[in-house]
Amino acid sequence: MAYSFDFSSLLDYTPVLVDGVATTVGLTAVSTVLGVALGVGGAAARTSTVKPLAVVVGAYVELIRNTPFLVQLFFIFFGLPSLGIRLAEWQAAVLAMVVNLGAYSTEIIRAGIEATPKGQIEAGASLGMTGPQIFRYVVLGPAMAKIWPALTSQIVIVMLGSSVCSQIAAEELSFAANFIQSRNFRPFEVYFLATALYLALAVALRWIFSLMGQRMFAKGVSRA
Amino acid sequence: MSPVKTPLVKLSAIRKSFGPVEVLKGVDMAVEEGQVVAMIGRSGSGKSTLLRSINGLERIDGGVIEVDGECVDPGQIDLRALRQKVGMVFQQFNLFPHLTAGENVMLALKVVKKQDKAATRAAAESALAKVGLGHKFDAYPSQLSGGQQQRVAIARSLAMAPKVLLCDEITSALDPELVAEVLGVVRKLAEEGMTLILVTHEMRFAREVCDRLVFMHGGRIAEQGPPAELFDRPSTPELAQFIGMVEAR
Repeated sequence: MAYSFDFSSLLDYTPVLVDGVATTVGLTAVSTVLGVALGVGGAAARTSTVKPLAVVVGAYVELIRNTPFLVQLFFIFFGLPSLGIRLAEWQAAVLAMVVNLGAYSTEIIRAGIEATPKGQIEAGASLGMTGPQIFRYVVLGPAMAKIWPALTSQIVIVMLGSSVCSQIAAEELSFAANFIQSRNFRPFEVYFLATALYLALAVALRWIFSLMGQRMFAKGVSRA
Repeated sequence: MSPVKTPLVKLSAIRKSFGPVEVLKGVDMAVEEGQVVAMIGRSGSGKSTLLRSINGLERIDGGVIEVDGECVDPGQIDLRALRQKVGMVFQQFNLFPHLTAGENVMLALKVVKKQDKAATRAAAESALAKVGLGHKFDAYPSQLSGGQQQRVAIARSLAMAPKVLLCDEITSALDPELVAEVLGVVRKLAEEGMTLILVTHEMRFAREVCDRLVFMHGGRIAEQGPPAELFDRPSTPELAQFIGMVEAR
């Protein structure tokens, strides 16, 4: 084999990689918080008795889940300026990831909400609680506990999918890898390292979510 | 007290259909304060639907429900005022699985009655003590037996200080050896003067504890009166047949 491996050439680019990892982590953190919040709201709307609201959110969910993330990102970054909405790369990346995760998590959380036994909602109602109170205190906790693993997987997918944001020059990990290999012409080493870093991030993310899940939901529900 | 006693719960011409099936065909019923009334009848006779309409879990199609001055008619959207006066205990307990027994009791006190922390805690402790579960304050429903869960559910309703407590076949989901502990609690409530409306298949209990028995048949009240009278001298063939069926078990 003619190719000789040289990982040491990556050392010069350590700051670029660190920045890339930090940006990926930052994009993921912000879009997870906002995306899951959007998902909770979306799921509440989709399961609400207010029909128009449920229909609008349903349309949003289907639109996002049936179009590619790359196109959604390009639409936000290249398309919206035609309407006078100009976003920086990172802003467009965050917005695209939030909108994307929001749609998927709406569906996931909705499944958890609909798995709530009807009797528990009736119990809340007969205690005089309002609909929103029942949602917040009775439905949401057990629903989140049930769908936590599925939601975790979706967030990992969104984190990995953030690599697509390199296409609009958001300087995350994939962008850093592309940049480095265009300078040192060592694609194997660069992408091998990038792969390892994504894997490590994904494992760490799952671990963090598993710990969070244990802390938040270990009581009662998981044993029920 | 006024000379003419107005009933605490008054149902007038209640109608309810599920699709094309009319399950309540104009039911009138009155329950006075402190009365214990059991509704009996075959499944499908409308007794559970009638009970569930008293706190608005089933929306009625016609008639008026009055509970302690709160009026509900078919157009009513906001049922919270009514529901604060009417407690309900279900066949399947319906405890909130992510909350401890104490938290189950405290939740509505906190978010509905807006009581402060200390008052909420004290009320929950006394309600649980009343059903004999003061020591299970921090237990989750999954750690309790069916009978204990049902007693927590009763405590949860009682803590809200309802004027009347509805019990919808509250022992039907229990193992036979756990029925007595729940009925014991209900019996105690009856003795203390709590107004109770029960749907039950526990005929002996109904006979011993209730002031009045309401026999439902085909969406109507076919017969009602003191238990002994109904059991010993049923005046409709339907009730005679029903008693025969129940006693044959």
